This record gives sequence, structure tokens and C-alpha cells, in this order.
Amino acid sequence: MAVTGVFMSAVADTHSQEHHHGPAKGISRWLLTTNHKDIGSMYLIFSFAMFLLGGSMAMVIRAELFQPGLQIVQPEFFNQMTTMHGLIMVFGAVMPAFVGLANWMLPLMIGAPDMALPRMNNWSFWLLPCAFLILVSTLFMEGGAPNFGWTFYAPLSTTYGPPSTTFFIFAIHIMGVSSIMGAINIIATIMNLRAPGMTLMKMPLFVWTWLITAFLLIAVMPVLAGAVTMMLMDINFGTSFFDASGGGDPVLFQHVFWFFGHPEVYIMILPAFGAISHIVSAFSRKPLFGYASMVYAVGAIALLSFIVWAHHMFTVGVPLAGQLFFMYATMLIAVPTGVKVFNWVTTMFRGSLTFEAPMLFAVAFIILFSIGGFSGLMLAIAPADFQYHDTYFVVAHFHYVLVPGAIFGIFASAYFWLPKWTGHMYDETLAKTHFWLSFIGMNLAFFPMHFLGLAGMPRRIPDYALQFADFNMVSSIGAFMFGATQLLFLFIVVKCARGGEKAPAKPWDGAEGLEWTLPSPAPYHTFTTPPDIK
Amino acid sequence: MADANSDTSPTPRRSNRRVIAWCMTGVVGMFAFGFALVPLYDVFCEITGINGKTGGRYEASSTGQVDADRTVTVQFLASNGPGMSWEFRPVTRSIKVHPGEPVTVNFFAQNPGDTPMVGQAVPSLSPSEGTPYFHKTECFCFNQQPLEAGESTEMPLVFIVDPELPEYITKLTLSYTLYDQSQHIEVSGPVGAGASTNKNG
Ligand code: HEM
Ligand SMILES: [Cu+2]
Repeated sequence: MAVTGVFMSAVADTHSQEHHHGPAKGISRWLLTTNHKDIGSMYLIFSFAMFLLGGSMAMVIRAELFQPGLQIVQPEFFNQMTTMHGLIMVFGAVMPAFVGLANWMLPLMIGAPDMALPRMNNWSFWLLPCAFLILVSTLFMEGGAPNFGWTFYAPLSTTYGPPSTTFFIFAIHIMGVSSIMGAINIIATIMNLRAPGMTLMKMPLFVWTWLITAFLLIAVMPVLAGAVTMMLMDINFGTSFFDASGGGDPVLFQHVFWFFGHPEVYIMILPAFGAISHIVSAFSRKPLFGYASMVYAVGAIALLSFIVWAHHMFTVGVPLAGQLFFMYATMLIAVPTGVKVFNWVTTMFRGSLTFEAPMLFAVAFIILFSIGGFSGLMLAIAPADFQYHDTYFVVAHFHYVLVPGAIFGIFASAYFWLPKWTGHMYDETLAKTHFWLSFIGMNLAFFPMHFLGLAGMPRRIPDYALQFADFNMVSSIGAFMFGATQLLFLFIVVKCARGGEKAPAKPWDGAEGLEWTLPSPAPYHTFTTPPDIK
Repeated sequence: MADANSDTSPTPRRSNRRVIAWCMTGVVGMFAFGFALVPLYDVFCEITGINGKTGGRYEASSTGQVDADRTVTVQFLASNGPGMSWEFRPVTRSIKVHPGEPVTVNFFAQNPGDTPMVGQAVPSLSPSEGTPYFHKTECFCFNQQPLEAGESTEMPLVFIVDPELPEYITKLTLSYTLYDQSQHIEVSGPVGAGASTNKNG
């Protein structure tokens, strides 16, 4: 909570003299606030806390895998760690971070005074700590926390799950409600509160990508809720949705889950696409190349994401025609993704580039995310996936799209907009150090996993054959480095919130957008009269 | 959509209601869709025959023509589901049949325990492309099988391989998994009390 205070005080001070009332004092400000900036900050702080919690679980995993054999934890606990790590990172760190960015930036980018549904905004945030309190408390329950992987396949999670599974289901329900409320709020804000003259095709790309992400959330979070509800009924009410002995089918679970799951991975990356587009253009001092094609590419990715889910299930038994369909549909996604990468590179081409921290993260995003895309294409080849599936190659793939993709996207955004949030410049030297240590640590941790996977090391195991020892040790060292580096990020943000060089209204000369027309820090109330859009 | 842009736009409050209404329709619709996937999935598997789920009781006693020129090998597997203690095996492990002829084989089951139990066998056929051409006119898997402590039984299966079976399929493997249904039996009569529309058999 101390951090919370520091983080926001700068914003609160400067405009007590405005005719609007400032923020309330004390804890009730945070409990009852309907201010999009307060709520955005709470989302971001919550998400970072979850990032550290999920990260420390990853440290347990990598410590156990440092050497072959069982040294530190028992296999049962190891499985709880992989499960909770995945769930916390996906639902607690990445998704709330993007919702936080949306809360802070969408109203500023479209010239709105606040989110369209401020009271609902408060609820959707406060549901999250409740959900994660429940989820994390399962660690202390009899039988331990969920141990069936973040994908919670039936019957592992139904017939063989620990007693705490019911609490896990409840937590997922609450998170789902929170995400859906957040998504509705974002759609209502973008649809109804744009400043006069801001037509759809004039919207900043971050706004576009979030609009499409919000639609994805509305389409798939209810399906996830349905899946866990079916689990709940199988476990507690004697139905057999997923139980073969009662006429159900465990494979059905995987279809329902991945119908949610694949769009979900795009929910975690599309907002980053938007933010990166702004950052690349700002630090190249050129307008973004191919704005319209960017919008259509995001739309195409979102639509295609609904018809590729079975690429997660090639080895489960999909008929030949199905394998071919899902293989080609999956590969098709590489086309709009390629368009985006092409546009970013073309934006940088012949630009006056400078490499401040946001740009470093953005460039790393483009390069490393592409590597993740390529390994995705390899996995999409159905016959080859029989070799790769459930090995560390898959782990390498999704960490390359999620860490330098989603997480670097969030870091880039944070550094890009920190001056606007706090009114101070962050410490550039420290931020660059944060970048380089993260970059090296992340590659050390995840690149060897490609080789491990190709050589046949299965995922989600606490012990492994001796020939995998060296790469695992390198990977663990990289992971420790990456993990420790994130404390530096915490330090940089706190330092920036408490003071530092005063930030001008527009600290990046190439940056474009309404948010830079506001003073830094952005006043507690902004755009109470809508700006003019040329 | 673009109404916020013009001066004659409805008040945000009203159009917010509209957005909420639309979004909630989407949410409720997609939640229902998640559950609709359950019957859709079964119907899809039944029509396409994928997934190895064999159909219910086949009514005709023969498909008419017996194709004596062609032989198809049918293999039988039997295994126990988790926690099931019965001895369960096919009496005939493999048999050569002519498409179109009705064939009877038996499965042996014994309850070695000292309490009465109820079992339910669930079939699966491989390769799944053969599923629509494998007809069961009589099968122990259509019903639950109760066995007293120590009791044993032979359970019949009568099937016909359809002469329409694609040429390239020369071998079919039918596997049964036997599940312990003893604790479900007081709760619900027939199996599949839950979701599935599919009375496997
Ligand atoms: C060109 C783009 C992509 C392609 C072709 C692709 C393809 C695939 C395939 C085929 C798998 C299944 C591998 C297996 O289990 O055997 C997979 C897994 C995965 N992908 Fe991707 N992917 C792409 C982009 C992404 C993106 C952008 C994200 C997230 C931001 C992502 C996240 C994941 C995750 C989390 C898994 C693993 C799920 C699990 O089993 O735990 N992928 N991908
Ligand atoms: Cu996928």
C-alpha cells in the first residue's frame, strides 16, 4: 500500500486547485474510487504484485530443475507450482496489466473525461484481489493447490483433482466476471465517449487493439465459465460431461477449453501490438506505416483465432481432414501477423531512431516475438507436432510469445507513459540496465528450451534424464537473472513516482496523440470538455 | 456506432445502456454456446463417426447381402476403468468375418470382490473411419451389468460389419472399458444422468 500512495501522490497534488474535487483521502479513496486513473494504477500495481508472486513460483520450478534429480520440492508440490505459475501469470499478471493500461490511457487517447461506466470499473477491479485470494489460499488447503496444469484438462482436474479444485473453479468464475465487466466498460467507452471528430479510423491503434480484444473477451470468457461450470457439476453434482463412464467425453473438455484458450492467447498479445505501434512510431519520428492495414490485420487475427483451436489437440486424435484444416488455418494467422511485423519494420526504416528504454523493449518485442511466431509455425505442422507436443519446445514457444511479447510490451508501455502518469522522467540508465538484463536473462532462460524440447524433454516434470542437465542449468541461471532483474523495475518505478527530473507534457518528441497534449502528470480530471480533433 | 460524434447523438447514458445490453446478449449467448457444444459435439461425432463412438442398437437383423468374397478382421480388447476390480476379457480375441453376416462373440466378466457391484462397459472403435459401418444388434454395453460377489458371467455381443465398409479398412479393433458404477446406482437409474445425450452402446 505504501507504493500505492507514492505512485499516485504526484498525480493527486498538482490539481487540488482545479474546480473539480480532488481524490478522497486515505484508504477509502482506493476502495471507492471511480476515477479511471486511480483504477488504472490499482490494476497495474495488482498485476505487478501477481507478476512477482507468479515469478517466485517460476523460481521454485527453475531451482528444482537446476540439476537432475529431486532436490528441493516434491513432485506433488512441483505440479502445484507449474499450475499456479501459469494461472497467476495469465489471469493475474498479463491480463490485468493490459486492463490497467486501458483504464489509464483509453480516456486520455480518445479525449474522454473517464471510462463510460466508472462504478462498474471499481467493481471489476476489486473482484480481482478476491479471486486471487481464493486461488492462492488453495496452496494452504488440505490436498494442496490445483496440480493439473493451467489447462486443467479433465479428468485430471475432475476425477483426480485435489479437493481445492472447487475453490479454483470459483476463483476462475470471479476472474471471468471481472474480465467481462472490464471488457464491456472498454467497449462502451470507445463507442460512446470519443471526442467529436474522432472517427473509428482515426482512433489510435492501442484503442483499436483494445476494442477488438474486448470483443474477444466477451466471446470467450463465457465459454471458459461454461467449462469450469461443467467441471463443477461433474465434481459435485454427479453429472458426466467429461466422464467416459457416464457417457461423457474428456476430449470434449479440450475442445471447450481451447475454444477459449486460443483466442485467450491473442487477448494477451493484441493490446501489446497496439502499444508497440505507438512506441515504434514515436522513436522512429515517423508516422506509423500502414495504419489501416494494421487495423485490418488485428481484425483478421481475431477472427482467425476462433477457428484454430484444435492445433493444441493434434495428438489427441483429430481426423485427417480436421488436422489439415486446423494446420492450414493456423498457418494462415502468420499472414496478418507478418503484415504487422512488416509495418513495424517499415516504420523504423529510414527513421531517426533513438533507443530509449521503451524503444529498446519495442525492438526486442518485434525480433523475439517473431521467433515465437516461427516456432508456432513449426508446431502448427500437424505431423511434426507429434514430436514436439508436450515437450519443452512448446514451453519455449509460448514463453517467446508471452515474455518478450506480452511482458516486454507492458514494460515498453510503462516506460513510455510513466512520465505522463507520475510527472517525472524515470532513470534512463537504470531502465536500460533493466532492459539488457531482462533481454539476456530471458533468452538464456528460454532459448535452450527449444533444444531440450527437440531432444525430447517432456514439459511439466520435476526431474529429467541426465543428457538434459547442461541446458537446464543454463536455463535456470537465465531465469534467476530475469527474475531478480524485475526487482530493479520495481525500484525504477518507485523512484520515478517519488521524484526525478520533471517531465514535460510531451517527453518524446516523435510521440503523437491526445495524451501528450495534457500536462504531466495528467491531472486527476482530464478532458471534462472534449478536445477538438483536426 | 458513430453517434457519439454528432451533436444529435443520444446521451451517453442511454447509449451506454445499449452497449451493455448488446454485450450482455453476447455474454449470455456465448455461455449458452459453451453448453451447446456438448450436444453439438456428440451429434458431430455421430454424423462423422469420428471419435470411435459406436452407435446405439442397430435394428435390422442383417444388412441383406453377405459379401463372402471379402474378409475383415475384428479384434477385441477389454480393459478396466480406474478403480475397477473385475476380471474382464474377451472370450474371442480376434475373428475374421464377412461383411453383412451377423456374428456373435462373448466377453467374460467376474466380480472377485465380496460385495455386489455394477459395471458399465463403454465401447470405442478404431480406426474411427470404420465407426459408421460397425453395427451392434445386441450388446452388453447397452445395459449395466450387475454381478454378485464372486459371480461371473459371459456377456454377448452381436454385430454386423456393413458391406459398405471402405475397401482400405481391413481390420477393426473394438475396445471396451469397464467402469465401476456401483456408487452411482442408487443416485440415478440409467447412466449418463448428466450431460451426454449419448447412450453409448
Ligand atoms: C503465428 C502465430 C502462432 C502459431 C502458428 C502458434 C501455434 C501454436 C501451436 C500449434 C501450439 C500447440 C503446441 C502443442 O501443444 O503441441 C501452440 C501453443 C501455445 N501457444 Fe502458440 N502460436 C502462435 C502464436 C502465439 C501467441 C501470439 C501466443 C500468446 C501470446 C501463443 C501462446 C501459446 C501458448 C500459451 C501455448 C501453449 C498452451 C499450453 O499447452 O499450455 N501462441 N501455439
Ligand atoms: Cu493456439
